[in-house]
Formats: sequence, C-alpha cells, structure tokens
Amino acid sequence: MPKWITQVGCPYCGASCDDLEVLVSDDGKRVLETRNACAIGNEIFHHAQSPSRPKRPRMRQPDGSMKEVSYDEAIDYTAKTLLAAKKPLIYGFGSTNCEGMSAVARVAEKGGAVLDNCASICHGPSFLAIFDNGYPSCTLGEVKNRADVVVFWGCNPMHAHPRHTSRYSIFPRGTFTAKGQMTRTIISVDPRETDTAKLADHHLMVKQGHDYDLFDAFRTVIRGHDIPDEVAGIPKKTIVDAAKVMKNARFVMIFFGMGCTHTDGRNHNVDIAISLTRDLNAYTKASIMAMRGHYNIAGPGQVWSWQFGFPYCIDLSKGTHAHMNPGETSSIDLAMRGEVDCFVNVGTDAGAHFPIRAVEQLKKHPFITVDPNICMASEISDLHIPVRVVGVEEPGVVYRMDNVPIQFKKVVDGPEGVPSDEELFDRVYERMCELTETEPIWLLAKDHAKAATNAEQ
Amino acid sequence: MAEILIRNGFVIDPTRNINGDVADIAIKDGQIVEGVGSKAKVIDASGKVVMAGGVDVHSHVAGPKVNVGRLMRPEDKLFKSPHNQKNYRMESGFSIPSTFKTGYDYARMGYAFVMEAAMPPLHSPHVHEEIHDTPIIDQAALPVFGNSWFVFEYLKNEEIDNCAAYIAWLLKVTKGFGIKVVNPGGSSAWAWGLNCLTLSDPVPYFDITPAEIITGLMKTNEYLGLPHSMHIHHNDLGNPGNYETTLESLRLAEGVATKNNFGRDTVMHSTHIQFHSYGGDSWGTFESKAREVMDYVNKQKNISIDLGCVTLDETTTMTADGPFEHHITNLNHLKWANTDVELETAAGVVPYVYDKDIKVNGIQWAIGLEMGLYATDPMRTFITTDHPNAGPFTRYPRIIKWLMSKQAREETLASFKHTDKVIDATDIHSMDRELSLFEIAQMTRAGPAKALGLSNMFGGLGVGMDANVGIFDLNFNDMPADPEAIEKAFSRACWFIKSGEIIVKEGDIVSHGNKRTIWVKPNVAENPQVIRDIQDKFLKDYSVGSDTYQVRDYLAPNPYVIEFDVEA
Repeated sequence: MPKWITQVGCPYCGASCDDLEVLVSDDGKRVLETRNACAIGNEIFHHAQSPSRPKRPRMRQPDGSMKEVSYDEAIDYTAKTLLAAKKPLIYGFGSTNCEGMSAVARVAEKGGAVLDNCASICHGPSFLAIFDNGYPSCTLGEVKNRADVVVFWGCNPMHAHPRHTSRYSIFPRGTFTAKGQMTRTIISVDPRETDTAKLADHHLMVKQGHDYDLFDAFRTVIRGHDIPDEVAGIPKKTIVDAAKVMKNARFVMIFFGMGCTHTDGRNHNVDIAISLTRDLNAYTKASIMAMRGHYNIAGPGQVWSWQFGFPYCIDLSKGTHAHMNPGETSSIDLAMRGEVDCFVNVGTDAGAHFPIRAVEQLKKHPFITVDPNICMASEISDLHIPVRVVGVEEPGVVYRMDNVPIQFKKVVDGPEGVPSDEELFDRVYERMCELTETEPIWLLAKDHAKAATNAEQ
Repeated sequence: MAEILIRNGFVIDPTRNINGDVADIAIKDGQIVEGVGSKAKVIDASGKVVMAGGVDVHSHVAGPKVNVGRLMRPEDKLFKSPHNQKNYRMESGFSIPSTFKTGYDYARMGYAFVMEAAMPPLHSPHVHEEIHDTPIIDQAALPVFGNSWFVFEYLKNEEIDNCAAYIAWLLKVTKGFGIKVVNPGGSSAWAWGLNCLTLSDPVPYFDITPAEIITGLMKTNEYLGLPHSMHIHHNDLGNPGNYETTLESLRLAEGVATKNNFGRDTVMHSTHIQFHSYGGDSWGTFESKAREVMDYVNKQKNISIDLGCVTLDETTTMTADGPFEHHITNLNHLKWANTDVELETAAGVVPYVYDKDIKVNGIQWAIGLEMGLYATDPMRTFITTDHPNAGPFTRYPRIIKWLMSKQAREETLASFKHTDKVIDATDIHSMDRELSLFEIAQMTRAGPAKALGLSNMFGGLGVGMDANVGIFDLNFNDMPADPEAIEKAFSRACWFIKSGEIIVKEGDIVSHGNKRTIWVKPNVAENPQVIRDIQDKFLKDYSVGSDTYQVRDYLAPNPYVIEFDVEA
C-alpha cells in the first residue's frame, strides 16, 4: 500500500510550510501525490522523480562537452581546485539544509575561501540595516494569533510565498484573531497593483523609488507632526488614514521584501522601516519581518553567525580570523573586481541570478556547481555535482523566514550513490586534509547517529 | 582511556572539605579513581592549585537570542577576535563569542559544565545545533516556562499534575534540563506591548498572576523531583527600587519543601540577583540593596542565587524578558532586536556599555560584588555575569580577583569618575572581607553542581566523580601579593582535564574532547488530557506541527540522559 507521510516540510519558499502530506509508493522510492502544497512545492516533490535528473557528476572536457565522472574524481577536483585558489568564493545555500552549510563552512575555513549566500543579492541590505538598527520581530505564529493590521511593503506573497497569507498573515483564524481575514486590516505599499495589493484594504501606490519618503511621512504623522499635501505620490489624507490604522492597531505587523531592499535607498529603506516599528511600539505593539525568499535562506545567516559571527560576505582567506565587509567581501563585488579565482555555486543558480559581467569574470577560473538539478549555472560549469534534494530525499534543519528552526523530513530515498550536500562536502574536506597532510577537525567523534535517525523516519 | 596521575597539587575540594592539602588525583576511564598503575601519565602539579572543573549555572551561550546578538553586532568581532590556533576552528567575538570560541574559552578557564540559561522550546533544535557546535564542555539547556500558555491554564486551575505531565513531555521533546522562569507573566504581556512589574499584575487574557505562576512552578518542580530547582529571573529586573519585588518573590519559597533524589536542598534558584537588588526611586537616587536581599537569602536556606556581576565592559544584553530590552533600548538608544515566540516566551537583545565613569554602572558593579561578600553560605551563592548581560563569562577570573582582594576592589573603585557617589550609594568601600580559594571553589564548583542536582558528577574530586580537573598557577601557601596574578591564573588553566582527557596543556587547547549534552527525562503516567491539550494547541495556535517541534536525536549525538520515574 502506498503510504501518506504527514507533517512534511516543503523545500520551496521562506514560508517553509511543514504541513504537507506526501503519498509515497510501496517501495518508498517514488512520490505519487502531495496534499497542502502550493503549485510550486508540489512540483518540487514531483520533479525530484524526473528521469532526466543527473545522477553522476559531469566534468567539462577540452572540446566543451560534459562527461560523466565518478564522485571520487569530482571530490578530488573540487578539493584540489579549492586548495590551489588564492581566493575561492563559495556561494549559494538558498536550497540546502543547515547540516550542509556547516559542512561547507569547514571546507571554506580549510580552503581560505569567501563564504557568501544568496542574501548578498537579496536581503543583504536588510542585514546592513539590522547591523545599524536592530530587528524587532516575532515568530509567524504571533502574526497568526495577534496581528490585526498587516502591512506588506514591497512584497507580493500571493506570488512569491503562495501559502504565507493563508498560513500566517491574512486569512488564518488565530487565538486572538478568531474571525480570520475579517479581524485584519491589510495595507499594501507597492508601485504595482499586485495580487497582494488587490487583497488589501488600503493600497498605497508609492511612486517607484520613493519608499524612504513614504516611511518618513508615516513616522512624521505617527509622531504627531504635519506632512506636505503629497508624499511619494500619495495624497496626505491617504497617508494620515493609514498611519491612524497602524497607531490604533493592537498588533501591527510589517512584512517587507525586495521592493525595499532593491529600490532606491536599499538598506536605508529597511533602516527607516525598523525605526517606524520602534516608533509604533511607543503606542502599541509592532513587529517587522523580512520576507526571506527560500525555505532555508535564513539558515546560513544562523549557522555562520554562530560559527564565525557574521551572516554573509565572510572572508576566511586571511586564515587567522573571519572578516566581513559587504562591498569588499560580497560576491558580486569580488567577482566584478576579478578577485575570485575559483567559484563554487551551492544550492542556487548564480548563472541566472548574477549580472552577466560578474558571471563572465567568474568564468575565467574554475566554476563548480553543486545542485540536484540542471540549471544555468550547472550548464556553464566546469564541474556539476548532483546531490540529494533536501526535504524530499534528505532531512535536516532549516530556518523559516522568522528564524524558527523547522526539522525537515525525507520522504523517499535519493538516487543510488548520490550524496547529500553534507556528505559531499565532508568528503571534500577529508580529501583536502589528505592533500595537505593535516588532521581533519571534528568537534565530536564523527557520528552516524543521523543515518540511524533517518532510517527511523 | 589513558590513566593520569596529578601529583602533589594543593587540592581544594569543598565536597570532601579538603582545603589546600597536598595530594594526588588519579584518573582512569574518565573518572576519578583511588589509584592508577605505574604507566599512568604523570602531571606535576606541585606548587599549583588543583580544583574540580568549573560549573556554570547560568550563561547565555547557545540559541536564537545569542545568535541574534552575534548577527546584529559585527562590531563585537572587530579587533576582538584572537588569531586561531593551528588545527582548531577559527574563533570570533568578544561579548558573544562564536560557539567554537565559547567552548575553547570555557576550557581555558577550566570549566567542565555550562548551563544555557534560557531555551525557547519552539527554538530548541536551534539551541541543540549550537550546543553541538560548542566543543569540549558538557552542556544542558533550561526551557522557559514562565510565560507558557499551557502552564498558565494548568496553574490557574491548580492542576499541578497536568502541569507536571506537560513539563515532563516538553523536557523530553526539547531535550531540556529543568524549569526556567523569566519575568513570569511579563514576557507574555509583552506580546501586547505590556508588562507585569509586580507579583500581582494579572497576565492579560490568562487571569493568573506572577506570584501564582512562581508558586505553581516550584510545586510542579518538586512534584516531578527534577535535579535542579525552579530557576527564576524575577519580575521588574533592572529598575530602581525593585528589591522589594525581589524579596516578595523570594518569600514564595517559604513553605515549599524540596523533594528529589539528586541531593538538592533548594526549591528556588534566583538568578543574576545583582539586577534585582536596587534601591532608590530613580536613577538619581539609585542605590544598593545588596544587604537587604542577602540578609534574606542567608537565612532562607532553600534558595540559591547567582550574582550576575557587572564587569564594566561593552557587552550585549539579551534576555527572554522582552519588555526589559525595550525599556533598555529607550534608555541607551542603541539597536534593538526582539523576538516574541508564539505561546511560549519573548526575547530581546540590546548592546550595552557599562562605563566605569557612569555612576549607575559603578553602583551596579559594587552591588554584584557586595552580594558575594555578604553571602554566609557560598554553597548557595554562585559566580556568574549572566553572560553576556552584565559582562562576558571570560571575566569570571576578574570577579574572582575582586572577591578575593580588597586591594583590587579599591583600585577599581578609585578609577571611577564618581567614586564618592558610588561609595555613598553602596557598602563596598567599607567591606573588608576577602574570599578564600575554598569559598571560590564552593561558588564556582561544588555549590552550583549541588544546586543543579549534578553533585554526583561535577564540582568535586571524590572517587567515582567525572574526571574534570583544573590546575591553576597559584601557590596555596604563598598567595601572590599582586591581585592581578589571581586573575591571570584563573584566566588560563595550566592544565585542564575533562572527562579524563587532557584538553588544555600549558594554557593551550590540545583536544576537542568528547562533549556531552545532558538532559532530563522524567517518566510520568500517561495523561490523556495533557496529550489532547498538546494536540489541540498544535492544531490551532502554533504555526508548526508537533512532529517538527521535537528535537531529533542526531542533534544531540552524545547525550547523557538523566531518566527517572516520577512517583505520583
């Protein structure tokens, strides 16, 4: 009999839903059906079964073609390339588990690499604002149970986080929000009429690039001062009304996305958004949260903060201590300046996401992709190493957008012989130690407890 | 495992009332033994002090708020990270060190066990991930219960048995150690931007008061017979005049009897009591009430305390007392992080500079030390900094210096800008007491181990105990005239042996040892109502599933589980 597995985590967006149900075949090898997943989440579970999925590493040949090689060869190549490089860059991690991130960190430390994640091109400006102004936030259950005013600023969860609004932010009936959507006033600030904006009670169609002005206007009104007749393309009355809604709320929740971090002002937009949250706390309760994109893109920010003290742009090339200075040690800037002499793309697609000139620079040197799937980065790589799909074939801890750890399950076995990110990078690390004739550093006797736990699940 | 013989040290072991006798300590298979063979590795400790491994009862070293602090404070790393030792992981940070540095630093000071002082249950996988990445030291974590909806509902109806069944379940699924209470009721109120500043302020929507929560959790703790007592951070932390609330809270221990099989005599551990012993009605009239609080603690034998000494550093405050962190950011206007955790707790993080030239900071410094000096029972008085709130744990040796040397205290006091005002507001200047090494060993080893119910393993050097031994460069019979030498000796153990393995040799780390995660598993009779309540809350109120919530075994790969049956 096929078996329904419940409380399965979804390896798609930062909402990191953990209520999926997955029907697997008798032999535990195939996903037949999913419940509760959004269209994209559902597709990830089915795509993992695709016969066209690569199951062995592929190395680029002198004639430009790709040829299958063994994992040992791929690991040897990766280890040697990392050791030979002066400033390798290991980037990505939107789509892997924390165990993988931890294994990569050990490799990066050994190889004197720069360690960076997708926040570098995404919520990096939010980190800059957090460094300056803090982060008054809460877990998503608090939003569900308490928030009666929810602001979506420069984000569109109806498309980017399909179940966010039904699980946490607009529709759910929570403890103190028993009537669900009826309890909540929704404010959308977006230059476009997005599908989220269409759901909102107040849509403020801010003039593109003028978010800072509008935040400033809100702060001014909330502090009891006057503003011009129009700010950022919004009439004064609209702003005053929306400010009143926030000030009179019992619990204001502000979600912000790329519309703040990647428009004029960038980190300053987030900085003033945090200040607005602080101001509101003088009158009521208010919280703010970054709409993190991938299911575990909050993960590297956590793992590397406890290991190195920094969430991203971590330069370990000095060998003695970690150094972070976004602009200097951030992926795009390093690539544009031609400082990187080996690039490893893990669990993301730098080929699709980076500016073409950055990719051109990176392509002058060895370019390695570690990812379960074919993507633009894998197709321009010198080496593509496939791994198991986290959340489908590999369990592990991931951090939801509110930094709550979610323990993902595996529902089916991965393809024969294909390692997890963690196993792969542990083997790379061991190979680097062999090549340099050094002792590997394990904090604990390397254990196999995880394999046993996996078997139980 | 190799045999080790530590020869001719001045042994200080309050558990056996040994005070500076020259003796040998024999180690085999991770434990202290009567004697070892001739092939044992011999460590010459002559002229040096030998103590058990240190036991830290309260330190914020792993988990979400600690990591928020690391994340939001890159400046805590700048010029403050030591260069790494070959073959060891990179180290970083000062007030909120990386997990690697945390393990190494505690080991360098000869500490064997550290209690993570506040684990939000929802974030327990995160806490265990960090504990996993903290080398060498044995660790446990205290889940917070003082603002739990489950606890409120059970205690409101005086259902101690249900509360106990819930807590037993939670300790099991989060791999927790005991019952932590932070600003009972107040952190829950903070979810609406409110607080409970007195013991009779009702918690919004739950119709229960902090006093009822504290009493109920103490009773639940003894019903379960947990190794540690209820561990509380009182209401109204950090405000002038709060000592009265503190005393009222402490008095709740009167009439509660201890019941456990772990050798613990106390029913309440009152943590970082320095922050709760303030007089005056404003920052202008701020003054020490150390004497008033310690007079009570000294005579109420079923309470233990830790000091929470201010070390006069730039540090990072972090607590599950969410409203307090909001209060502090409004005082110092520095960046503020907050994380309210659904159904369970809150947390906040704000950097703070304890400046010796600010009067209030000077008075806080004095209060922490006064409490240590007024203590008549060092077995119930433990040295902490509430790391990193009053200062980083790496300053313990400095606190030991201050407690052991009036000269050191006077030098620091004299360096203040407002020395006279600090003297007026405190007793520190008139206190001549200097603690002995024996008393320090009680306050950092034997005492906390006993209060934690771990005195069979930690805190002493008796046969059969875990072989955790620190050797310090101090001559018991000829203590240095310069107090700086005391700080130096405790900052860097000459040798540290953890679970029978040499970890520190001549001040340097030489092994990652074999750290353990210690957790408590009380077995209670199945309780269908509590099981139903748990299912119901996960269905309706939590944003995660009940499966997701339970810490997987592989996250604590080297567990030491204290399992026992609860007699109903």
